[in-house]
Amino acid sequence: MTPVAALDPTGAAVGLLYIVAFSLFIFGIKLGTHPKTARRGNGLAAVGMAIAVATTLAQKGIGNWGIIIGGIVVGSLIGAVASKRVKMTEMPQMVALYNGLGGGAIALIAWAEYRHWVHIEQQLSEGVADIGTATGASLSVETLGQFFSVSVPLEILVPTLLAMIIGSISFWGSNVAFGKLQELIPGQPIALPGQKVINAVLLLVLVAGCVYLGVNNDLADLSQPVFILMLLVAAVLGTMVVLPIGGADMPVVISLLNAFTGLSAAAAGIALDNTALIVGGTLVGSSGTILTLEMATAMNRSVPNILFAGFGAPIAGAGGGQEERPYQSMGAQDAAIQLAYADSVVIVPGYGLAVAQAQHVVREMADELEKRGVTVEYAIHPVAGRMPGHMNVLLAEADVPYEKLREMDDINPELPQTDVCVVIGANDVTNPAAKNDESSPIYGMPIIEVGEAQQCLVLKRSMSPGFAGIDNDLFYDPKTSMVFGDAKQIVSEIVAELGTL
Amino acid sequence: MDLVTEITILVLAAFVGFEVISKVPATLHTPLMSQTNAIHGIVLLGGLIVVGYANSTLDEVIGFIAIVFGTVNIVGGFMVTDRMLEMFGTKKKPKEATPEEAEGTAGKDGAS
Repeated sequence: MTPVAALDPTGAAVGLLYIVAFSLFIFGIKLGTHPKTARRGNGLAAVGMAIAVATTLAQKGIGNWGIIIGGIVVGSLIGAVASKRVKMTEMPQMVALYNGLGGGAIALIAWAEYRHWVHIEQQLSEGVADIGTATGASLSVETLGQFFSVSVPLEILVPTLLAMIIGSISFWGSNVAFGKLQELIPGQPIALPGQKVINAVLLLVLVAGCVYLGVNNDLADLSQPVFILMLLVAAVLGTMVVLPIGGADMPVVISLLNAFTGLSAAAAGIALDNTALIVGGTLVGSSGTILTLEMATAMNRSVPNILFAGFGAPIAGAGGGQEERPYQSMGAQDAAIQLAYADSVVIVPGYGLAVAQAQHVVREMADELEKRGVTVEYAIHPVAGRMPGHMNVLLAEADVPYEKLREMDDINPELPQTDVCVVIGANDVTNPAAKNDESSPIYGMPIIEVGEAQQCLVLKRSMSPGFAGIDNDLFYDPKTSMVFGDAKQIVSEIVAELGTL
Repeated sequence: MDLVTEITILVLAAFVGFEVISKVPATLHTPLMSQTNAIHGIVLLGGLIVVGYANSTLDEVIGFIAIVFGTVNIVGGFMVTDRMLEMFGTKKKPKEATPEEAEGTAGKDGAS
């Protein structure tokens, strides 16, 4: 069980092997910039990870093999089974959960590190007391501290505290996000009165705790109760920050928690003097940050605005104009006829497509249309779905070639020449109010301009407004026809109708 | 290693990360996220290190949970990313071949 050659944790061999490991991470991500090479990149990153783990296992001071092997076996089994069972529509939940696991692991590691120092202090005071008894002098760690340095260096203590706080926030925030996505807790914003004040107070408590533990960094002054208290306060803060954020803002939240987990890992890397952890954590932190900013840009909102302004509450009142406006609706048969005689069709998918699991039938519909010589493409809004790239993965699962998945800015100029746009389970990302109505809460958000197309079919369960509670003028546009029903069912009916035409 | 060296590494890694990751197309953002999930499974190293100096049952429990979490991230993250990217890579695949195909690749990339 013990490795053949125990490596010195601070030696050159370990350092060099870690460099190989994180180079493979970076190269793996670089290959991830193209669909054709991404899979190989993922494999390379996995090899890098194997090297990093093996290098660590071969270090001096690694022990407790029963726990290590037990933990790795249990973790591998859970990970392997979960990755086979998870549905592509459930990817946002899974990523949220994995963010949480990473953050939780970091918080626990930071706690174990702190406990390690407390233990050293106990051993030291016992030893000192023993010497004291033997020599008849009254000795303590404090008196010893006058002669030797017996404190935890701040450059280790501070990153440990940061890792603990960010890790704990990420763990609990991610669990709440998971609960919302999995519909274990309501997706609507849940806000307490004075929530912002409570959050600010919690944050202040954490800062004060850091200062307190930082000032009292002598071994004799370590305070595990304060540390545990901070762990709990960070847990409450993480929960409170995510609870008020719901549905459509999820892509931003998931990306942000991803960034948090990465940052906490990098902080832990500094505390443990481990370069692989620093680089790996920082890469994840960068990725999460980039995605957070992209998602926020795609919604034309700032990150603080998404985090701290409950989206639902004020808007529900504003959008509640009760007057009935005329709209057109048609059945699957008419929709099929309209599609069959078009030259070009653009499909705009949204979260509703994921909920209805309609990706496969949508592909069948596209196949039927293409057989008739209709060009079919897909317009993907950056925040369609519940996480970055959610729609792309669903459509890839249904074997839609990625070349047909077009980004919003890319396809918008072509929409005026498009015969029919089919909006499936998307709402706010097509709402013209974002362009025309300055009073609208989503004003300024870039949209897929389906209103520009010659005709528009909106597949939707009812006329009810989307998550944001904003009425969509698109539905009342004379060029728009509503097709009511479950997305999967309507599309199946359209496919059947296309077969009979 | 001194703090400044470590912060230097962190800052440079951040620049490399931003440079490389900003080139990942939106189509691949979900696999990117699950792959970064796997990469932050690197926290497993921290778990392995702290469990080495566990002194009590509580320490061992903490270390065990951290190791399990980290390993789930690594194995689950890389495997599910592979599953997704497989769908992006192949254009036409016979329906019957799918289960074995997934079976064969999963073992290979499930490095732990």
